[in-house]
Amino acid sequence: MTTFVDYTLNGVSTGAIYAAVALALVLIWRATRIVNFAQGAMLMLTTYIASAVIHATGSYVVGFVVALAAGLALGAVVERVLMRPVENGPPLNAVIVALGLYSFLIALAGMIWGNTPRSFPNAFSTRGYKIGGTRVLFAPQDTFTVLVVVAVAVGLWALFRFTSLGLQMRAAAFRPEVARLLGVRVGRMFTFGWALAALTGAVAGVLVAPSVFLAPNNFDPILISGFVAAVLGGLDSPPGAVLGSLILGLALSYLAGYEGDALVPFGALVILVIVLMLRPTGLFSASRDRRV
Amino acid sequence: MRRALRRCMATALAVCLAAGGLAACGSSSKSSNSSSSNGNGGATAPGVTGTSITFGTHQPVTGPAAPGYSLIAPASQAYFDYVNAHGGVYGRKINLIIKNDQYNPTLTVNVVHQLVLQDKVFGIFEGLGTPTHTKVVGFLNAEKIPDLFVASGCPCWDLGAQQPETFGWQPNYTIEGKILGQYIAKHFAGEKVGVLYQDDDFGQGGLAGIEDEVPAADIVSKEPYESGTTSLATQVTALKASGAKVLVEFTVPIYTAISRLTAFTLGYSPQLVVSNVGIDPITVEGLLKSISKGKATGAALINGAITDGYLPSYSDTSNPWIKLFLKIRNQYDKSAPFDGNVVYGMANAYTLVQALKAAGKDLTRQALVNAVDNDGGSWKGPGLTPFRYTKTEHGGYSGVQMAKVVGGQVDPFGPVLTTPPTKETPITTDTSGQPSPPATGIPSN
Amino acid sequence: MSALASGANRLARTPIARLTLVRSIALVLLAGVVLFLLSGALSQYNDLQLANGAYLFAALAGLTILIGQSGQISLGHGAFMALGAYTVLLLVGDEGWALFPALLAATAVAAVVGVPVGAAASRLRGPYLAGATLAFAVGLPAIADKYPATFGGENGLIINPPIVPSWLGASFSLEKWEAWIACAGALVVLFVLYNLTHSGIGRSLRAVRDDEIAASLCGLRVGRRQTLAFVLSAACAGVGGGLYAVVLNLATPSAFPLTLSLSLLTGVVIGGLGSLAGAVWGAALLVLLPNWSTDIAHSLSLSSNVQSNLPLAIYGVVLIVAMLVWPSGIQGGVRALGRWLHQRWTDHGPSNPHQRRRG
Repeated sequence: MTTFVDYTLNGVSTGAIYAAVALALVLIWRATRIVNFAQGAMLMLTTYIASAVIHATGSYVVGFVVALAAGLALGAVVERVLMRPVENGPPLNAVIVALGLYSFLIALAGMIWGNTPRSFPNAFSTRGYKIGGTRVLFAPQDTFTVLVVVAVAVGLWALFRFTSLGLQMRAAAFRPEVARLLGVRVGRMFTFGWALAALTGAVAGVLVAPSVFLAPNNFDPILISGFVAAVLGGLDSPPGAVLGSLILGLALSYLAGYEGDALVPFGALVILVIVLMLRPTGLFSASRDRRV
Repeated sequence: MRRALRRCMATALAVCLAAGGLAACGSSSKSSNSSSSNGNGGATAPGVTGTSITFGTHQPVTGPAAPGYSLIAPASQAYFDYVNAHGGVYGRKINLIIKNDQYNPTLTVNVVHQLVLQDKVFGIFEGLGTPTHTKVVGFLNAEKIPDLFVASGCPCWDLGAQQPETFGWQPNYTIEGKILGQYIAKHFAGEKVGVLYQDDDFGQGGLAGIEDEVPAADIVSKEPYESGTTSLATQVTALKASGAKVLVEFTVPIYTAISRLTAFTLGYSPQLVVSNVGIDPITVEGLLKSISKGKATGAALINGAITDGYLPSYSDTSNPWIKLFLKIRNQYDKSAPFDGNVVYGMANAYTLVQALKAAGKDLTRQALVNAVDNDGGSWKGPGLTPFRYTKTEHGGYSGVQMAKVVGGQVDPFGPVLTTPPTKETPITTDTSGQPSPPATGIPSN
Repeated sequence: MSALASGANRLARTPIARLTLVRSIALVLLAGVVLFLLSGALSQYNDLQLANGAYLFAALAGLTILIGQSGQISLGHGAFMALGAYTVLLLVGDEGWALFPALLAATAVAAVVGVPVGAAASRLRGPYLAGATLAFAVGLPAIADKYPATFGGENGLIINPPIVPSWLGASFSLEKWEAWIACAGALVVLFVLYNLTHSGIGRSLRAVRDDEIAASLCGLRVGRRQTLAFVLSAACAGVGGGLYAVVLNLATPSAFPLTLSLSLLTGVVIGGLGSLAGAVWGAALLVLLPNWSTDIAHSLSLSSNVQSNLPLAIYGVVLIVAMLVWPSGIQGGVRALGRWLHQRWTDHGPSNPHQRRRG
C-alpha cells in the first residue's frame, strides 16, 4: 500500500514539474500561435544564470529573481530579433527558427559552462514528510513546486480571462489584422507574450533543476513531457495544462511503478492518442473545430 | 506544361548541384588529408610515417552521454603529448584524432569510416561505449585495423578468435560483479540485497556477476532503469519497500546521484555497494553539492559506500602514478578537473605506448596486434591487476581491488582479486603488485 | 540562351512530353546517370556520405509531400524509419531473407503502421498533430527496450554488410555498392512520388490542403485523402529506414532519437516545402553541414569547450539564417534565381501584362 501512496505522490510532484513547462508552452501558443521548440533551451539558459548568481551572492531568492528578469529579457529579445521576421510567414518557418535557436543556445551553454552537470539548490528541504512512521516521497520542496505552479496557472488564467491586456494578447494572436484595426499594438503584444512565457519557463527551470541537474541537454526530456502534457490538456488552456500534466504524471508514475521504466514513453503515446481521439483539441480546450 | 517541365529540370538541377557540392567537399577534404600518408620511412601502413603515428577514436564529446566521458580522450592526448615531448616512440610522435559521435551509433559508423578511409588512421584507440562500438567492430576486423583498448567493460570485446583486431581494457562488468558479489556474500551473509542497475550490458553484466556469487534467496529486489530517464522514484520506492539492507548499484554517476537524492527523501539508507563506474566521488558529490538546505551534505550520502578499483585512486596523491599523471595534467590538460576519468585516459594511453614499444620499430598493423597478443599479458603499469591478453583472450584487466568511500576519497582495502568472467569460476588473490612508474614516466615495457 | 529557352519550350509542348510518366522516366534516367558518374568520382568515404544522402532523401521526399502538399505536420517520421530499419535487420539477420524482399517488407510494415497513425492524424490539426507525432517518435523506438530478446535492447541489432557482387570486380568498394543500392531506392521513391504528385491524387491532396471544406463539398473524402498522404509518406520513410539498414548495418533505439525526426523536418523546410527538389537540397544539407561545421571548428584553434560545441552552434545559426533569407527554402531561392535569370535573358516586351513599364 505504501508503494501506491509513494507512486501517487511521485506522480503529483512530477506532474507539477511538467505543468511548469506546459504553462510556458501554452502561454506562447495563446499569445503568438507558435509552438516554441526553443523553450527548453531558453529556460536552461536562465537557470544557468540563476546558478551563477546564487554562487556569487549565496542567496537563492536573488538568483530566483534574476532568473525571472533574465527570462523576461531573453523572451523579449528572441521575439523582437528572431521571431518577428518569420511570424507572418509559413508557420513552419517559425518552428525551424525555434529549432535553430534551441541548437544555438545548447551549444552556447556548453561553450560557456561546459558539459559537466552541476547541482542546483532547492528552496526548501527535500526530506520527505513523515506519515505514519515512514517517510513518503513528498517533501517541502515538492509542496513549494506545486504551490508555485498552481499560482502561475491561476495567474495566467486570470490574465487571459479578466484583464484587458490578456484580451488584447488573445486578439493579437487570433486575428492580428483585425486587432490592429481595433487599436491593439500587435507587435508589442507578441513581445510581451514571449517575455512572459520565458519568465514562466525560467520559473520551471529553477523548480526542475535540482532533480535533473544543470547541464545543457538535461531539460530536454522534461520539455518533451511538458509538451505532451500541454497538448493533452489543450494548448489554449492554462488550467488544462496543469490538469493534463497531473494526469500524465500520475499515469506514467503508476506505469513505471507497476510495469517498469521501458514502457513509459509508449504509455505516454497511448494516453495522448486516446485523449486526442476523443477530444482532438485537448481535454479542456474551449475552442472546438467546426466540422462541416 | 512549361512550368511542369521547368520543375522537372529544377529537380534535375538540384540533383546535379547537390552532387557537385558533395564532390567538391569530398575532393577538398581528400586533398587536405593526402599529405599525412606520404613517406613511410620503414613502415608499410596507412597512418604511419617515419615521424608520426596517427590513431583515431570516437567519443561522446557533446550530448547527454558526454558528462565525465568527454574528459577521457583529452587526458589520453595529454599523455601522448608528454611522450611526444620526450621523443615519442622510436622517434615517432603519436597523434590522436578525436571525433564526436554523441553516443549515437549512426554517427559512430560514419566517423569511424571517416577516420579509416579519409583520415587514414593507423588504428582505432579507446572507442567509447557498447551500443556505439559494437557497430564498428565488424568493419574494423574486416579491414584488419587495430581496434585497441575499447573504453567499455562489455564482455563482447573479449573474443580473440572471432575478433582478432579488437581488445578490451577495463575489467569487464561481470568480473566486477562477481568480486563485489563475493564481498557481499561474505560480509553481509543472510542480509536482504537489492540491485539497482542500468538496463543495458553494463547493468545486466554486473547483475550477472552479482547473481553468480550472492545466494538467490538473498536478492529480494532487482530494479532496472532505462538510460535517459529523469527519475528513479519508482525504482527506489520498490527497493525500500522490499526491505533491502544492502543496495548494489550498477549506475553511472548521474543515476547514482539521483538514487541518493530519492533515497534521502524517502529516509532510506542501505549499505551501498556501487560499481567503480558510478562512484567517482568528485563527480557524484559535485551533483549532490547543494541539497536540502544544509540538512545533509552530498558527501554524507555516499560516505561508507563499498566499491572497487583497478587503477590508483585520483585522490591518493602519495601514489607515484598519480603524481606523474597530475604533473602531466597540469602541463598538457590544464582545463580538466583531476578525477577518475582523467586517470583512466592516461592509464589507457600508457598501455598503448607499451604496445607500440613492443611492436618494434618496423611498425605494421599486424605487428601491433601481435604485440598485444604475445606480450600484453606480461605488461605492468598503473593497473592493479595483470592483463588478460592472449591470442584468444582479449579481455583487459583481470580483476579489481575492493575499496571504500570515506570522506570523499576512495580508499582501497584488502587483496587484489582476479577472476575469469565466466559463471562459477573461482576468485583468486593476485600478488603481483603494482610497480612504480619508470623514471621518465614512459614505459620501457 | 534565349534559343535554348525557346527550344525547351517547344520540347515541352510536344504531346509525348506532356505525359507525366515519360517525364518522370527521363528525370530518373538523368538523375541515375548523374549519381552513377558521381559515385565513380567520389572517394570511399564520400560514397558513404552519398549513400547517407540517398536514404535521407527517401524519407525527406515522403515528408515534404506530407507537409507541403497535404498540409499535415509530422514530427514522427524517425519512428517510421526505425520500423523500416528494424524490419530489415530482423528479416535479413534472423530469418536470412535476401535484401530486396526485406526492403519491400520494410516499406510494407511502415505503410501498415502508417494506416492507423494516419487515420488518427487526420482527426488532428496543427500543434495537436505535432504533439501526437512527437509522442510517436519518442514512444515507438522505446518498445525495443521493452522486448530486448527480439529487438536487442539498448545495443540493438547488427547484420553483415551486403556482399558486393563478384562481377563488379575485386576493387569495387563496399561503400560504393551500398551507395548504388541506396541511390536505386531513392530513384524509385523519386519516380513514384513524381508521378503521384503530378496526378489526380496529387491534385486532390493539394485541394484538401488548401481548403478542406471546399474540397469536401467537391466530393473528396478529406479524412481518406489525408490518411493516404500519411501512409504514403510513412512508406517512403520505411524505405529510408530500410536503406539506412543496408548502409549502416545496424538498428538501435539510440539511432532514431527525436532529433532525427526534427532533422527531417528541418531538411524538408529548409530544402523547400512540397517539392522533390527541396528534398534533394535537404538531404545534401543534412549530410554535408555537420562535417563542414566540424571541419570549421577544428581549423580554428579554440579551447576544447568551444571547439566541441561550435558545430552545433553553427548548425543553429545556419537554420535561423536560412529561414530569414530563404523563407521558401533553398528551392524557393533557386526558383527565384531562375525567374530572375529568365527575365534577364529572354525578351518579354510589353506583351507581358505583369511587367511594369520603365521610364
